[in-house]
Amino acid sequence: MTTQSHLAHRFQTLIVGSGPAGIAAATCAAEAGHRVGIIDDNPNPGGQIWRSLRGQSTPDTSHGDGASEWYRRLTATSATRLQGWSVFDQPEAGIVRAERQGGTVHLHYDNLIIATGARERFLPFPGWTLPNVMGVGAIQAMVKGGLPVAGKRIVLAGSGPLLLAVAATLRAAEAIVVCICEQASLRQLAPFALGLAADPAKIMQGLRYKAATLDVPFHTSAWPVEADGDGILRSVTILHHGEKQQISCDYLACGFHLVPNTELAAMLGCRIEADNVAVDELQRTSISNIFCAGEPTGIGGLELSLIEGQIAGLAGAGQDKEARLLLDKKRRASHFADRLAAAFALRSELKELPQETTLVCRCEDVPYGSLKQHHSWRAAKLHTRCGMGPCQGRICGTATHFLLGWNADSVRPPLLPVRIASLASLEAPLNSATSNTQETP
Amino acid sequence: MSEQMRPEQIQITIDQQSITVAAGSTVAVAIALAGLNCRTSVTGEPRGPLCAMGICFECRATVNGIAHSRTCQLLCEPAMDIRTQ
Amino acid sequence: MTTSYDAVILGAGIVGAACALECARAGMRVAIVERDTIGSGATAAGMGHVVAMDDSPAQLALTGYSRSLWTRLSPELPASVEYHACGTIWVARDEEEMDEVHRKLAYYTAEGIEAEVLDSNALAEAEPNLARPLAGGLLVPHDAVLYPPCAAGYLVEQAQRHGATLLLGHTVISAAHGQVTLKDGTALQAKIIVNATGSLAPALTPGLQVKPRKGHLIITDRYPGYLHHQLVELGYLKSAHSSTGDSVAFNVQPRKTGQLLIGSSRQFDSDSEDTSVDHKIVAAMIERAALYMPGLPSLSALRIWSGFRAATPDKLPLIGPTEDPTVFLATGHEGLGITTSLGTARLLADHLLSRPTTIPLAPYLPSRLPSSYLSDEAIHV
Ligand SMILES: Cc1cc2nc3c(=O)[nH]c(=O)nc-3n(C[C@H](O)[C@H](O)[C@H](O)COP(=O)(O)OP(=O)(O)OC[C@H]3O[C@@H](n4cnc5c(N)ncnc54)[C@H](O)[C@@H]3O)c2cc1C
Ligand SMILES: Cc1cc2nc3c(=O)[nH]c(=O)nc-3n(C[C@H](O)[C@H](O)[C@H](O)COP(=O)(O)OP(=O)(O)OC[C@H]3O[C@@H](n4cnc5c(N)ncnc54)[C@H](O)[C@@H]3O)c2cc1C
Ligand code: FES
Repeated sequence: MTTQSHLAHRFQTLIVGSGPAGIAAATCAAEAGHRVGIIDDNPNPGGQIWRSLRGQSTPDTSHGDGASEWYRRLTATSATRLQGWSVFDQPEAGIVRAERQGGTVHLHYDNLIIATGARERFLPFPGWTLPNVMGVGAIQAMVKGGLPVAGKRIVLAGSGPLLLAVAATLRAAEAIVVCICEQASLRQLAPFALGLAADPAKIMQGLRYKAATLDVPFHTSAWPVEADGDGILRSVTILHHGEKQQISCDYLACGFHLVPNTELAAMLGCRIEADNVAVDELQRTSISNIFCAGEPTGIGGLELSLIEGQIAGLAGAGQDKEARLLLDKKRRASHFADRLAAAFALRSELKELPQETTLVCRCEDVPYGSLKQHHSWRAAKLHTRCGMGPCQGRICGTATHFLLGWNADSVRPPLLPVRIASLASLEAPLNSATSNTQETP
Repeated sequence: MSEQMRPEQIQITIDQQSITVAAGSTVAVAIALAGLNCRTSVTGEPRGPLCAMGICFECRATVNGIAHSRTCQLLCEPAMDIRTQ
Repeated sequence: MTTSYDAVILGAGIVGAACALECARAGMRVAIVERDTIGSGATAAGMGHVVAMDDSPAQLALTGYSRSLWTRLSPELPASVEYHACGTIWVARDEEEMDEVHRKLAYYTAEGIEAEVLDSNALAEAEPNLARPLAGGLLVPHDAVLYPPCAAGYLVEQAQRHGATLLLGHTVISAAHGQVTLKDGTALQAKIIVNATGSLAPALTPGLQVKPRKGHLIITDRYPGYLHHQLVELGYLKSAHSSTGDSVAFNVQPRKTGQLLIGSSRQFDSDSEDTSVDHKIVAAMIERAALYMPGLPSLSALRIWSGFRAATPDKLPLIGPTEDPTVFLATGHEGLGITTSLGTARLLADHLLSRPTTIPLAPYLPSRLPSSYLSDEAIHV
């Protein structure tokens, strides 16, 4: 079946994900002369950190972290940009399928660069299913998506540098950030915070210092043990140095650092090692024409994502020499990533957070008590329905990996729920897509 | 509402109630602004967005007749018909 | 660990689970050995349609008998088994298929299985989401659906109540002459060994004429009220009949959760552990289903999976003794093992205990088939 619409979607390099890593990869591959496509499931480009502000269709360039420069470079190329499309399947080698509001496309590639980023890790605790308890990155995304938070009391909790970045966003939106609760201990964090002095361009500028300039109390060794409310959040109980404190609030934003989105890579058969996509120094996965850049290779932050994206884009376009010039920078940035991982390693007390009746699987409402009786993810899934809902275990599988040491199933298509028609490949041409597809001819 | 509708405002319907939101707002935000929850869980709990990035499916609602749409990934469009689930 | 039993059941799929319960209830000392977890084989992949099926008189006898055992058991099943007597509608597209409806009605009625003809309007009323017009259908009201892994779990639990021992995470590497050897070297002595390892049974009892037959299913998100009965196209029998080649048929099931389970495909596959999704077959299934339910393609699909039916040349299971006087079979249930698990277990226990059987065992005895392994060509005859 070689229809014209098929021909229009052949790329020498196809990038999945238009966060920093994907944008850098697309830019470099296109500048090197490749016919490039970049596809992403958000309405607008930018990924997580550069997520666009409400009403804008370009990445958030307000942080002076290179977003505007990268986006200018990308848009100067002839790369085809597809926003709002979720890649869900690879019907045969060299072709991926994506869906958008019911329409389907087939995209042929010579090289594929996986830049699918990371998601937040959520851990269950009593009350975490109440409306207005959400992720840390989530509240940031909601604010960028138009949620007014001026005057709202917000508690930020969990772990990771995101807590401070989001506190800044929320303060700028005139929210009252009641406090930040970081589960890691000060001792654990200190080497990381000190190390930042030598890495001035990093995503965070020092922990307590930054919190102080934001005028927000920053607690270490603190985490939420219970959220309360009557159909909606009213308060959260924080355990801080062994003492419980109940804080009334409108929102609890809680996420325990990040986990890489490795599902697409896994579905394509790329080797996964220690929860990350395994790559060589030029970002090549175990499959010869598939590259991976950014968070799926390990949580490393913005700078490493940009470097990996450039390397993948260049190497994919055959410019290995140019790619290698970036290896020193990459090495330095990955030292930072290692320190990041050590600083925000989760304490084992968090495994005690869920009680018997605390729901772990939010799609199927499966409580912790009924999961614990089983010896593996598969047994629990078959007998309790845990992980059988639409999130396909992305949330509960990540939680039980930490809580019970379980490993989720192998990944099979579809990567996420899609219309049945999309599985039968009842194709819709690209140009039938609605308003915010950006396409160059 | 005597004030004239500004062009950057759009009108949508949520559970048959007409509301006005700033253009570019996500549907998940619009549902929150309407004071509603996106969905009721399989055991009857109210739920709202958890991840706001298309992963968790907690923000599902019926949008223009399509059930189980992830509202955090959708921008409001004029005359959109949204029904919480 | 005790290493001596009256009966050791190999495999905790729904068939092994049912056999364990029958044996334990009869007072035998029983062990069940399972390499993975309860119901993790075909039982996890199956649709869970408890159906009276008239492919042959022997098949109707076993499915009808088994179905009545499920009906009797249903009041005590826990909610997790999702037992739901929703009934089946065999859907006829044209007048030719309506003739088949009437033939089927006569046959079912003669066997004491209640059934009722629906004309075109009655069908549309019963299932408003079906395409229109269709010629009609045959409603079989006492067919049911259930969730097989939890059903197997319940049967094992009951067996344990009667003293059975469950050995999970143990792979059997050999089973003959009264001895079952596990991968870790443990040897279990057994007066009776029941090979209930489904499509993998020939690995432990060489020479069995059992071949894996791959099937795919698609599950949707929840759409309560969308569908009320299990719907099967009458052409299904043609698909299930063919012993060669790939086939698909319209077969859709309402789950108690409001989800829809969409089947079904049949493929002979050489590698019985390759569960990867075959895109062409899935597309064919969807196109077939869309002919009958035009709205189906716009629903949201959560997941696709595949599993293996244990197929025999004459489409009947293997129940009963082998040449090794200690080894008995309970396998080869193809696409009906959820339904026929209870009948199989009862027949086998009756045979082991020399009790009279409710229906004749003869059609299912392994000895009906030559014991040598037949080549593909031979099976196609
Ligand atoms: C929720 C969240 C918020 C964050 N906020 C900040 C912050 O404020 N400050 C900060 O310094 N760091 C933040 N980070 C960290 C930051 O995202 C990373 O450090 C880095 O920028 C990641 O870049 P990336 O390109 O690898 O991934 P991302 O920026 O995550 O981009 C990946 C993109 O791929 C898309 N995608 C994934 N799978 C598919 C698919 N199957 N089909 C189509 N598209 C797909 C995603 O939707 C996303 O747009 C945040 C991380 C997360 C998870
Ligand atoms: C797509 C599909 C749809 C179906 N739909 C229906 C339906 O609607 N209605 C119906 O009645 N039937 C249906 N079936 C058929 C039904 O699922 C099977 O007939 C039934 O599950 C068989 O059960 P079993 O216990 O014999 O096999 P299995 O469930 O496969 O159990 C065998 C067990 O043995 C274990 N095992 C194997 N080897 C060893 C070893 N060496 N050591 C230890 N343990 C071992 C396995 O791990 C497994 O758990 C369907 C099947 C498929 C594939
Ligand atoms: S809030 Fe998680 S998918 Fe929308």
